[in-house]
Amino acid sequence: MNLTAIIFSFVFVILALFLSNAFKLGLGKDIIITCVRATIQLFIVGYILKFVFGFDHPFVIILMLLIMILVAAKNAAKRGREIPYAFWKIFLTIAVVEIITQGFLLGLKIVPAEPQYIISISGMIIGNSMIIANLFLNRLKAEIEMRREEIDLVLSLGGSVKQSIFPILKQSIRASLIPTIEGQKTIGLVQLPGMMTGQIIAGADPIQAVKFQLLIVFLIMSAATLTAIILGFLIYPSLFNKEQQLEVF
Amino acid sequence: MKNTEIELHNIRKAFADGSKKVPVLNGISAKIEKGTLLTIVGPSGSGKSTILSLCNLLQTPDDGEIYVNKQEVRKWNVQELRRYVGIAFQSAPMTKGTVLENLSLPLKLRGETLENPETYLEYVGLSAELLSREAKELSGGQRQRLSLARTLVNNSSVLLLDEVTSALDTKASQGIEELIQRINKERSVTILWVTHDLSQAERVGDETWLIKDGQLVEGAPTKQFFSEPQDERTKDFLNLLRSSL
Repeated sequence: MNLTAIIFSFVFVILALFLSNAFKLGLGKDIIITCVRATIQLFIVGYILKFVFGFDHPFVIILMLLIMILVAAKNAAKRGREIPYAFWKIFLTIAVVEIITQGFLLGLKIVPAEPQYIISISGMIIGNSMIIANLFLNRLKAEIEMRREEIDLVLSLGGSVKQSIFPILKQSIRASLIPTIEGQKTIGLVQLPGMMTGQIIAGADPIQAVKFQLLIVFLIMSAATLTAIILGFLIYPSLFNKEQQLEVF
Repeated sequence: MKNTEIELHNIRKAFADGSKKVPVLNGISAKIEKGTLLTIVGPSGSGKSTILSLCNLLQTPDDGEIYVNKQEVRKWNVQELRRYVGIAFQSAPMTKGTVLENLSLPLKLRGETLENPETYLEYVGLSAELLSREAKELSGGQRQRLSLARTLVNNSSVLLLDEVTSALDTKASQGIEELIQRINKERSVTILWVTHDLSQAERVGDETWLIKDGQLVEGAPTKQFFSEPQDERTKDFLNLLRSSL
């Protein structure tokens, strides 16, 4: 794709701006900021990836992954401000999910141990885990606010902290996984996944692109489930104090 | 303190309101003998319900000590304390599931199963036919009876009642009153009953406390409390409520 083509692609931004203006949606500023940010961020990432791929050293790859996990954890932790050590628990969750999934991918030689594979796939796993962590914390908070009496009831009958929160935890884990599961059900029918589309546009054989996409679908499914469950079990003890009273939210 | 079930030593509790701390209990000291049916009255927000939740450690006092069966609440195993000191809430909350599932919940939490659930339902005046019904579909009065039956399943020695009849009609309310008095007499359960209904407090209590502004203004045998109040604030409180009836 040459520079002229990129410049022409701004036609779509102008179209969005025109529509926002015509219908007085008041989104003009947001559209411009989003486009400028996306352009700058993606070019920076592009140059960083070029550098990392060129360097091809495990330390640089690990450093890059750590930064990605840190940013993801910081973003998701905003949803759990009230929870003690939320950032570190999310960081640990995403790191464990990354280690497990990459462990299988590289250990079973499903993908070559090359930076472009490790970093691209990690980006998808970490980004997806961040969204799941956001959804989980959001739902957990809403469920606790709604079902506080139920928690107090179980505690008042002599139940443990885990027994009092377990149905709510289960509900929050399930709810946070629904978008992933539902999205995967219609994959290929409603929309072609971005990565697969990218590969096909870049000239790859569609069947080869489908095989790779399938790997990503399965990977994201298991990474999402792992994220919700690990985070759930790391988070719930922090919601209670030592006298087994619900303290958060 | 041979027969003392609960002893409060200079209890203080405040709640956070933004950056401020609002005191709710300001140094309450008292004793409750085993088997007593204590009624607790007082204006809204005076700290009555807070006393209840401190006794089974659903909340912790900021200062002072609470002894249940001669042991400070924070030295109990929390789960054992909460089984010993049961609580029935105003809204009689139920978990999702049938009456049987809700009734047997205290034992399920310990990994045990409930034998003869019908006996408990009959004791609290509910038909055994209700066992398979969804608990959340029961009427207010039925839920409150089921809630009390649940504390019986736990074999609690102390029962905390937080405005348990305030959402019920007169007939259902009277039924619950009779049931609570039976539990108190037949099973020697010590009862702390927070109520806003003065006539109820007078009808059912062995002993009555007036809590006002986070303080125990007066605690006396119920008959004496209502016929010969000693403290001016008690007289004012009773007169005010009686004149508004």
